[in-house]
Amino acid sequence: MSYQRVKFYQTGTFTVGNRLLGEDDRTVQGRNDRTNSLNSGHRACQGCGEALGARYALDAVMRATHNQLVAVNATGCLEVFSSPYPESAWQIPWLHSLFGNAPAVASGVAAAIRAKGKTAIRVVAQGGDGATVDIGFGCLSGMFERNDDVLYICYDNEAYMNTGVQRSGSTPARAWTNTTQAVGPEPGNPMGVGKNLPRIAMAHGIPYVATASVADLHDLETKVTKAMSVRGARYIHIHVPCPLGWKSDPAQTIKVARLAVESGLFPLFEAEWGVVTDRTPIRKQVPVEQYLALQGRFKHLFNPRDEQALEVMQAMADRNIHLYDLLATEPALES
Amino acid sequence: MKQQIEGSQAVAHAVALCRPEVMACYPISPQTHIVETLSRKVKAGEIGNCQFLNVESEFGALSVLIGASAMGARTYTATTSQGLLFMAEALYNAAGLGLPIVMTIANRAVGAPINIWNDHSDSMAMRDAGWLQLFAEDNQEAVDLHIQAFRLAEELSCPVMVCMDGYILTHAFEAVDLPVQEQVDAFLPPFEPVQVLDPQDPVSIGAMVGPEAFAEVRYLAHHKHVQALEAIPRISQEFQEIFQRTSGGLLKQYHTDEAETLLLALGSVNGTIKDAVDDLRAEGWPVGAIQLCSFRPFPSQVLRHAVHNAKRIIVIEKDLAVGRGGIVSSEVKLALQGLPTLVDTVIAGLGGRAISKAAVIDTVKAACLEGLEEPHFLDLNWEAINQELTRQAEQRRSGPTPENLLREMGLSGGKIV
Repeated sequence: MSYQRVKFYQTGTFTVGNRLLGEDDRTVQGRNDRTNSLNSGHRACQGCGEALGARYALDAVMRATHNQLVAVNATGCLEVFSSPYPESAWQIPWLHSLFGNAPAVASGVAAAIRAKGKTAIRVVAQGGDGATVDIGFGCLSGMFERNDDVLYICYDNEAYMNTGVQRSGSTPARAWTNTTQAVGPEPGNPMGVGKNLPRIAMAHGIPYVATASVADLHDLETKVTKAMSVRGARYIHIHVPCPLGWKSDPAQTIKVARLAVESGLFPLFEAEWGVVTDRTPIRKQVPVEQYLALQGRFKHLFNPRDEQALEVMQAMADRNIHLYDLLATEPALES
Repeated sequence: MKQQIEGSQAVAHAVALCRPEVMACYPISPQTHIVETLSRKVKAGEIGNCQFLNVESEFGALSVLIGASAMGARTYTATTSQGLLFMAEALYNAAGLGLPIVMTIANRAVGAPINIWNDHSDSMAMRDAGWLQLFAEDNQEAVDLHIQAFRLAEELSCPVMVCMDGYILTHAFEAVDLPVQEQVDAFLPPFEPVQVLDPQDPVSIGAMVGPEAFAEVRYLAHHKHVQALEAIPRISQEFQEIFQRTSGGLLKQYHTDEAETLLLALGSVNGTIKDAVDDLRAEGWPVGAIQLCSFRPFPSQVLRHAVHNAKRIIVIEKDLAVGRGGIVSSEVKLALQGLPTLVDTVIAGLGGRAISKAAVIDTVKAACLEGLEEPHFLDLNWEAINQELTRQAEQRRSGPTPENLLREMGLSGGKIV
């Protein structure tokens, strides 16, 4: 591959720049030998958080496995924008079966690898939040409890975007979607519903669970790399803004993702064998309002201002900050 | 060597000799004895490095096999009834992807009302999923068809269902000539996939296909079944050369020469039918029988040839296309288009109701002497049906139909009240 100059634009973020890091700590994506597992030329929207997350995650897996990777994909945006014949963007062995079975298909790949004694080959399953928290949940739970040697990555953009923005079990409180419209006395998605899949994954007692965000791609790569150093069922839940479904500016995907983290609404943490072992502290907590105001899906909270809803959502963020000890300056939690 | 053995145990024995590499199973009666036996064999290390996964659903079971097969492993599972229907989406997917998975269907009725006994509603509901469907007449044939199924599936890169009647075969003890490893190894070469997930040679499998190529992909799936019409008898012949017995093929004929009336059926009821044919022939009735072994692909040309100059063919089928009548008979009619042969539909054996030799004989005589209404339901309790219809006409809130029927028949909880 020809030499590619790496540029860093994201000043003011956690991305401090590879030049300041030692060789071993530099990002996978910043290396000349990155594999471009999800190659350019695919059909994702401008500013797609999922495409970004998938590219970083899979290239990190490729580096961790010395390019011995098989990927299984659930139906969804990632599958659709990457694969129409004859333009597959995948540079890795890639299998798409159905919407609700990616974890089981990956279990099958892992079983075949064991049967054939080719255990240097590793398998990653990936899907959106619909495939993960809703339709594929049974298969995912089965893969977890059997502790099959699969890393499952959920790209969470908080609704069914591929079908045109409908509510999922991961859609946040009060968010507009096409099936939770911004009308009536409580516009948007109801309060007090939805699943916290990282916690559910932890409850299976699997070796590794982590959350990550496209706001902190170095952290994402580190977690993926760490996940691949472990055998057994692993789960990484990546927060990926969707400009289409969130009605946000495609140029602000990273900023929106960062505000989700810095407000406390999307805590970044790691857990091993069901116990939280580390979290990424927030340098300065921002009010949830800053995060919400950038997204048209929450527009109804501001016109007129819905103080009660904003208070509840701030309380949700505060609760996360308390639960995961996000404002503490110590590098790690006391267990 | 012949051995007195339960059908499920015999099938498990045969599957194990085929050296499967990944099996994923979910319990549902009446297929459980097969996978229980295989799980023991795997755990005891009797099937090499085979992996046995206890999964969370039938949908999960077939999905595991889709992944394993795409990774180049020989794969197997068994299911029935509700389990098969719960797999439906994955069935179409496995066939669409061209993955040579072999699955036993221990044929069972589909609810509601829930019913665990035998008929063919389950596999018939999935007849157009793209899987080959082979039906066994007895446990010897069930054993033999599994060995042939792996060969067929892998040659064509197409999944195969081996259908055997739930309980009637799966739980029946009878003498079976169990194959030995050397025979199976001589017949079934190691699996060489046509497509495989390989980091050294990466391919995308299961990508989206638009209108520009979808019809061609579907045609090629159909073409595999057309090829199977040639492959099934050839593989059956090769099987005979190694195992010294005839099993499988597209269909079998019993006294069809000079027969004016033919009976046609799938599965274990053919034993009863052959006995009925013997008795009828002894009384001078020119009767014969056709046992359909391959339902998918449907052997239209071979069937036309077998029917020859028969005046009438009576299809006895353990399924019901609600609102239409017979599934098998509809296919038979289509196959015999242009021939003068009359085709009768007899819906029989639903939900495990016994099909007696006497009922078959009476039906043949009635068809030949008076003709049959279309479709004809064998052995219906019209008194109970008419009582329920009257009840429904008289009151809006007539209640749950199955429970009403049981009460009218004087049955409650399986006991006479």
